[in-house]
Amino acid sequence: MTTMSPTAAAESRWSGANSLDVEAIRRDFPILSKPVHGKPLVFLDSAASAQKPRQVIEAEVYCYENEYANIHRGVYFLSERATENFEQARAKVQRLLNAREPREIVFTRSGTESMNLVAQSFGAKFIGEGDEIVLSVMEHHSNIVPWQLLAERTGAVIKVAPIDDQGAFLLDEYEKLLGPRTRMVAVTHASNALGTVPPVKEIVRLAHAHGAKVMLDGCQAVPHFAVDVQDLDVDFYVFTGHKVYGPSGTGVLYGKAELLEAIPPYQGGGEMISRVSFDHTEYAALPHKFEAGTPNIAGTIALGAAIDYVTALGYDRIAAHDARVLAYATERLGEVEGVRLYGQAPEKTGILSFAVDGVHSHDVGTVLDHAGVAIRAGHHCAQPVMDRFGITGTARASFGIYNDEADVDALVAAVRQVKELFG
Amino acid sequence: MDDLRELYQEMILDHGRTPRNFGRPEGCNREAHGDNPLCGDKIDVYVTLRDGVVEDVGFEGSGCAISTASASIMTEMLKGRTAEEVRKLFAGFRDLVMGKEAVDGGLPPEDKDRLMVLSGVRQFPMRVKCATLAWHTINAALKSPGKIVSTESGELAT
Repeated sequence: MTTMSPTAAAESRWSGANSLDVEAIRRDFPILSKPVHGKPLVFLDSAASAQKPRQVIEAEVYCYENEYANIHRGVYFLSERATENFEQARAKVQRLLNAREPREIVFTRSGTESMNLVAQSFGAKFIGEGDEIVLSVMEHHSNIVPWQLLAERTGAVIKVAPIDDQGAFLLDEYEKLLGPRTRMVAVTHASNALGTVPPVKEIVRLAHAHGAKVMLDGCQAVPHFAVDVQDLDVDFYVFTGHKVYGPSGTGVLYGKAELLEAIPPYQGGGEMISRVSFDHTEYAALPHKFEAGTPNIAGTIALGAAIDYVTALGYDRIAAHDARVLAYATERLGEVEGVRLYGQAPEKTGILSFAVDGVHSHDVGTVLDHAGVAIRAGHHCAQPVMDRFGITGTARASFGIYNDEADVDALVAAVRQVKELFG
Repeated sequence: MDDLRELYQEMILDHGRTPRNFGRPEGCNREAHGDNPLCGDKIDVYVTLRDGVVEDVGFEGSGCAISTASASIMTEMLKGRTAEEVRKLFAGFRDLVMGKEAVDGGLPPEDKDRLMVLSGVRQFPMRVKCATLAWHTINAALKSPGKIVSTESGELAT
């Protein structure tokens, strides 16, 4: 590549010990300089999908223009290069999560697919009639429905761990749900609707004490703070590439090797076999056993570039920046009369759900959009937690590495406009 | 703010805040439930139909200003109309909010004047379904009572 390596480029994106150089980061994201409705874009919907830095876009283009072929197949130069780059991306994910070995990293199309994989394959082997699955009330639908499908098929029982009025996970109540029939605890590592970060290390410890395995949904965690799967001792960990500044269509599943070995394949097809006859098929070794079909090759390689970008910025700095912007937003938005905040757990990531009294979240979203402020409005694919608070939806601002206090000020000004219009 | 003012006209804000005919009319004999799963809007529309004529109509539910105002304005317009008139009005309204009023042909001028207040959604394609949810639902109530309709099922794509 003729451009600066992603790592070198990103390293120049910070200044001082604990702060990101947001101006420099913003210059890396081409879309942020494109106006919306004639106004500068204030993008506060990274929890739905983050924007992409030039380094990620270029990595994908570079693959297609220079080193693209199908992987693990061809005996020719291009296929070998593409395979090597693809496997390098796997090694980057391994280091990102501190997995023991690359074969513990499975690439999928999305976080949703990763969770369906665990529900189906782990479920097929280890969950039967009367066995129990523990979820939390603040799960995304993608960590609810796969388990419901499994429960319908097998007669397993789903139990739901509650939260308090601040949105904090209730560890004591959770512990009461664990029992001899608990097989799986599947909870979020950061709630997409409330921002709550549950005490996952304790959750894992308690589950293991009852002989249950744990899957964490890290889709909203990996963009914001460092994750160490060995330290957490978690059995399965899921995240999606597109929320961590990588391409859409890239998902990750981490699983402890012995568990991935023990559970059956998720889909059948090419790549996932070592030998096929009509009598018998032998499955490929990890991780290929779970990677049937041609994957998102260029996208996965570009996800590697996104990981380079984020790690070069440094999770310490990203987490500190995230906490600072969230604290400022919580204070400023909380000051606006008639604004109610949802989710004020002590441990939170950069997500701020709110409602404007007497105004539906979609009307809030439309008015904010006209001010150039992009937020999500609605139930955020987490209807049970909306029901928990007795609401149908919220407006949600979520923050990324390219957001700062100026974005919050624009948000607050636009919310005041909502109040003026609906007065 | 101009587009916004056109979308959120005073009449919309008024009907959104204090919807008319909110509730279940006593003696109603037709009802249907409408859902917009994308945004979570829900509505129940109740009709008292006698000899093919809408004698009374009301609604309940929760939704944005646009869907609430549209439902409220709709209920004010339908008393005394036949089921067939309601269907025609809906067709004309749908053309109007989709920016096809040139072809609506059938909307009587006074109805058109009434419904024009919602025409601002044309500039907001994501919001057209908000404006039409109540109409889809009453249409279902009149056609097959007790039905549940969804903006995301094929038959009512918009």
